[in-house]
Amino acid sequence: MIRFGLPLVVFLVVVGFLYKGLALNPREVPSPLIDKPAPAFSMARLDDPAQRVTHEDLRGKVWILNVWASWCVACLQEHPLLVEYSRGGNVPIYGLNYKDQRELADAWLLKHGNPYTASLMDPDGKVGIDYGVYGVPETFVIDKQGVIRFKQIGPVDPGVLRDKITPLVQRLQAQS
Amino acid sequence: MRTGWVVLALWVSASAWAGQPQPDEEQRLRTLSAELRCLVCQNQSLADSNAELAVDLRNQVQDLMRSGKSDQEIKDYLVQRYGDFVLYRPPVKSSTVVLWIGPFVLLALGAVAMLRYVRSRRRTLHVLPITDDRLEAARQLLVGGDEVSGTQRKDDST
Repeated sequence: MIRFGLPLVVFLVVVGFLYKGLALNPREVPSPLIDKPAPAFSMARLDDPAQRVTHEDLRGKVWILNVWASWCVACLQEHPLLVEYSRGGNVPIYGLNYKDQRELADAWLLKHGNPYTASLMDPDGKVGIDYGVYGVPETFVIDKQGVIRFKQIGPVDPGVLRDKITPLVQRLQAQS
Repeated sequence: MRTGWVVLALWVSASAWAGQPQPDEEQRLRTLSAELRCLVCQNQSLADSNAELAVDLRNQVQDLMRSGKSDQEIKDYLVQRYGDFVLYRPPVKSSTVVLWIGPFVLLALGAVAMLRYVRSRRRTLHVLPITDDRLEAARQLLVGGDEVSGTQRKDDST
């Protein structure tokens, strides 16, 4: 029994691991920032560079941070969805304009629509590094205490928006 | 006497230190970034990759070095932002303990299995004692084998 049973068990275990491994997405690196305070920043607004927005300004409300750039092809994929979501006016969406040029970013928003309460400029990508950004677009949900509660790497799709982001925002807004 | 030893030890270590070439910044950056994973092209290290983010991160690492941060502090800085994933050598944790000790466990299991197999074989070999009868039988077999090969040789020549 052991003669045939043992190799069979080993084989099944290996198959199990390989099957699980196939289903994993190596691009999805779990962020260590979930449930941690959102990193501090002070960035100039895209529409008015004289004005700066800091993380402190956003304390006390639930907000979404969406990392985008005019050079980012995948951003176009999620953009109509964000524009539509922002029409509901449920939650402020702040854009992190990552490693972009102001004129190009402005033109891009004019062409594709602007879902952002404000876009903040990160021309050298330093804030991006603090937020662990490695693939644009990325989207964070941040709660009233300034804690990151969710991160989407890559474009937001309707399923993620409906099943994850919307319910989470509602739940976080209900908290005091 | 004891102070003498201490002085000698200090002198030896100091001369060894002075003899060592001070690793310059470039070398240090290369060594450190070879141990860090590029997140965009995941099978390349930060040192090898030319992805834009890798370049940014290398610059960031260099800035941190210049501000006097140790290698460990720089690694912590990156882990804090990108997770253990940036390290090619993951730290020992409850989630990685299988990764670290797994190979040794398998090696030990293999050794145990091999030992058991060798022992059981030795036991079966010892079960058959050499008696005169068996020795005679073996001799006959050997002689018979010689005859067989002899006939074969004859066959070959015809």
